[in-house]
Amino acid sequence: MHELSICQSLIDQVEQIALTHGAKSVELVKLRIGPLSGVEPLLLQHAYPFASAGTLAAGSTLVIELVPLKVSCEACGIETEAEPGWLVCGACGSCHTTLVSGDEMMLMSVELIAAERTNHV
Amino acid sequence: MCDTCGCNITPGNREFAYKPVNGTTAVAVLKSLLARNDDQAIHNRQHFDKHRLLAINLMSSPGSGKTALLEATIDALRDEYHIGVIEGDLETENDAERIRAKGVPAHQITTGSACHLDAHMVHDALHQFPLAGLDILFIENVGNLVCPASFDLGQHRNVILLSVTEGDDKPAKYPVMFRAADLVLLTKSDLLPLLDDFSPARAESNLRNLASTVPVMQLAARKALGMQPWLDWLRSELAQQRARVGRGETAHPRIQVGAMRLHEASM
Repeated sequence: MHELSICQSLIDQVEQIALTHGAKSVELVKLRIGPLSGVEPLLLQHAYPFASAGTLAAGSTLVIELVPLKVSCEACGIETEAEPGWLVCGACGSCHTTLVSGDEMMLMSVELIAAERTNHV
Repeated sequence: MCDTCGCNITPGNREFAYKPVNGTTAVAVLKSLLARNDDQAIHNRQHFDKHRLLAINLMSSPGSGKTALLEATIDALRDEYHIGVIEGDLETENDAERIRAKGVPAHQITTGSACHLDAHMVHDALHQFPLAGLDILFIENVGNLVCPASFDLGQHRNVILLSVTEGDDKPAKYPVMFRAADLVLLTKSDLLPLLDDFSPARAESNLRNLASTVPVMQLAARKALGMQPWLDWLRSELAQQRARVGRGETAHPRIQVGAMRLHEASM
């Protein structure tokens, strides 16, 4: 349920960037999302057209890159893939691991369509 | 490192940041989707630190005993500390009234249909809630094991309640929430003899599978059983908070510390 409010916050950021760059509109927005971010990519994708309607990002494409979940073991030092509810080391079974990737909820980049120039020099 | 000049672009993340396309300009951003909330949370945390208080975000499913824990904690620490409570619920002043009945200031945030508190809601509440003289501020989040985990409110610590009338597999089912804990309280523990399907050891093992090493305590707030370790934890956290403020430092829940280290390293 919180994907819509996160999406609105995303659109605010994207619009601010478009305004700063004097862009006419937004073409594409690129995110990285990990399984431990607490955000469901599909729900975000569904919310995007509603959150962007009437803004400079209206009609733009949302690209979500899914980030794999990986942990690094403090006991054996090996890096393994993990599951959201199972973050123990895949090699030695220790629960003393640190997350290497998988909690990202990141706006990576936006592609802007430049405003047409009115003053030709 | 700033977010405007591109100095946060490294060889490692350049490919994600730039994608040249004809007629368009690609702008690298590399900011959290919740940047606005996070900025507000930093501001809230500065308010808390200025008043030398310890701010704790209480999270759990509905009905696991957050308000009962606060009532018992207020009773136990009445002569020691000044406590304040910000309550989050979809509707009603009921919880704030229960806290006020204990003679403690309480502010109720009613979120309408929103399933979590965010940093802006808490900031608005702070404007109507005098922090001066408070030692501990509890923020009782909306009862929900999903959404509240994603929103930093500016708190120093996250405490998560799991009542023994729920499943002991809750940490496995809601990893994003339970990973965020700095302390897990197994509540209503006086009911354990009546429940043959809740094993505190299994609950703890499910928590450890999330690579969490935080303390787990059992208590029954309404019977005032097992309260001592929890009260000692609060005393110790408040003392540490006072020492940090004296050094001009602040504290974040452990999950944020880990995430900051991780994402700064990858940039």
